[in-house]
Amino acid sequence: MPAERGSTTGVTSTPIAGSAVSFSGTGVAASRGDPDPTGTLGADPFRRRKKRLLRTARGAMVASTLSTLVVIGGIVVAFLLAPGSRQVRSVYFDVHDMWQAFLGDPHAGFYSVGAGLVINIEMFMIGEVLILVLALVIALIRQSKSPLLFPLRGLAIVYVDFFRGVPLILVILAIGFGLPALYLPVVSSQSAFVYGVLALVLSYSAYVSEVYRAGFNSVPHSQIASARSLGLRPRTAMRHVVLPQAVRTIIPPLLNTFVSLQKDTALVAVLGAVIEANRAAEIYSSTVFNYSGYTVAAILFLLLTIPLARFTDHLIARDRSRRLAGVT
Amino acid sequence: MSAPEELPAAGDQAAGTALRIEGVHKSFGQNHVLKGIDLAVDTHQVICLIGASGSGKSTLLRCIDLLETIDAGRINFFGYDITHPDVDEILVRRQMGMVFQSFNLFPHLRVLRNITLAPVKALGVPAADAEEEAMALLRRFGLGDKARDYPERLSGGQQQRVAIIRALAIHPRLMLLDEVTSALDPELVGEVLDVVRELALAGMTMLLATHEMGFAREIATRVVFLEDGVIVEEGPPSQLFDAPRDERTKRFLGRVIEAGRM
Repeated sequence: MPAERGSTTGVTSTPIAGSAVSFSGTGVAASRGDPDPTGTLGADPFRRRKKRLLRTARGAMVASTLSTLVVIGGIVVAFLLAPGSRQVRSVYFDVHDMWQAFLGDPHAGFYSVGAGLVINIEMFMIGEVLILVLALVIALIRQSKSPLLFPLRGLAIVYVDFFRGVPLILVILAIGFGLPALYLPVVSSQSAFVYGVLALVLSYSAYVSEVYRAGFNSVPHSQIASARSLGLRPRTAMRHVVLPQAVRTIIPPLLNTFVSLQKDTALVAVLGAVIEANRAAEIYSSTVFNYSGYTVAAILFLLLTIPLARFTDHLIARDRSRRLAGVT
Repeated sequence: MSAPEELPAAGDQAAGTALRIEGVHKSFGQNHVLKGIDLAVDTHQVICLIGASGSGKSTLLRCIDLLETIDAGRINFFGYDITHPDVDEILVRRQMGMVFQSFNLFPHLRVLRNITLAPVKALGVPAADAEEEAMALLRRFGLGDKARDYPERLSGGQQQRVAIIRALAIHPRLMLLDEVTSALDPELVGEVLDVVRELALAGMTMLLATHEMGFAREIATRVVFLEDGVIVEEGPPSQLFDAPRDERTKRFLGRVIEAGRM
């Protein structure tokens, strides 16, 4: 038995006759697949020859700058040298067209992509608030243990499954064209903007309710036990103990979801009647037969989403460094 | 003392019995943790539960605080059967103070808010009154300057003292302390035991699970030794520690002495 075990470990397969140094230098390194086991400097088992450039902080910076330049340069060169480069540049990156699309010109029959973005921001802002509220309600229903809420709980599960499963663009089409077709009072007489926001809220609330639920579950059970032991009612404990702690942990994933909500507002373009950035670009391209409007829309969306994405990263990093500092 | 006050609605204040536990069983799945516990605690008594980890001490305390539902038996609290199905366990918990091994302070609330949360939100005490009382308690236990701090800024000993104050702030008629020093560094144990000692001297009725045998000997009216979910032996500390009758008690105390904990 011992002989069998020895043959599988790799360490014992090398002769143990040598000193402790040669044991760690050759045996372990070789068995772990070190690409250059002979790179050890002399007898010191903790050293290996590093690339000269990477030995200092400044060297590392030079190296990263160089590699970035090479990569970006490569992409630019490939783009410029491509056989269709000239064509693509004039259709997608025409400076004059981009400026025209950005400003818009009602007399020429097209709308401003820049003004369209304001509508995207409006949809985002209104949608965001409604999503936070609706998702919280769904999450609380799913979390509750009350037997009276049982039917609602089932409904909440179906809701989340449904709206997480159906592509957002289909939800927008169904709401935007389906509800008006019903000819119901109030429900069927809203603007396309309202239907667009409604579709976003319905779909995103399903996701965000799951984020909330993950947050609730991240609060240790001992916190709930101590709230209960103090005689707090479940609702009071939820409001003053669980929820505030849950919200803290879910802020980064929540912001992450909102980054994608920001750009998904562009999907409302399929309804046609909401002239947001994407729709304005579409109209521009079909009027002037130049796609530079889309490029403008893309740039504007980037300007919108990148700050929120960076802010999210910042919060995650701060949370991480706090936790590493032993503060729980 | 042993008046027949078994009737659920009796509510006798005359009898000095704070807690009477009868035939309590509790299982978690296949794990039979409490196997028929009988125990009585009179007012102003300090009862120490000792026994190895897993003997059922914590589970018993959690059952008394109604954090766990018992499978069989009865728990009588100042003459009322609190295991009756019609009992609102929240109202019962408002008369008991529970302190946990791991403090369980609310990390998002400052020390003062940790203490006033239950009086204000559960008992309806005006915020100003609750704060005044919380400050008085904090000062009494040497934590007056910590009121505005978040729990994470406090040492383990300070956190546990705040947890005890938090439980006291609801004016409990019974305190349940579940190994309140087990999560502390050795040098911080003393300050927490000082607080418990002060409560005992003030006449607080207490039931505490502990591994601190010296402390149990010092403050306990009665020591109760649990093993495998049954009470093996109970008696005054002098008798239980110095002249244990049961073999299992002797074995347990022998191991404790061997580990240098007594």
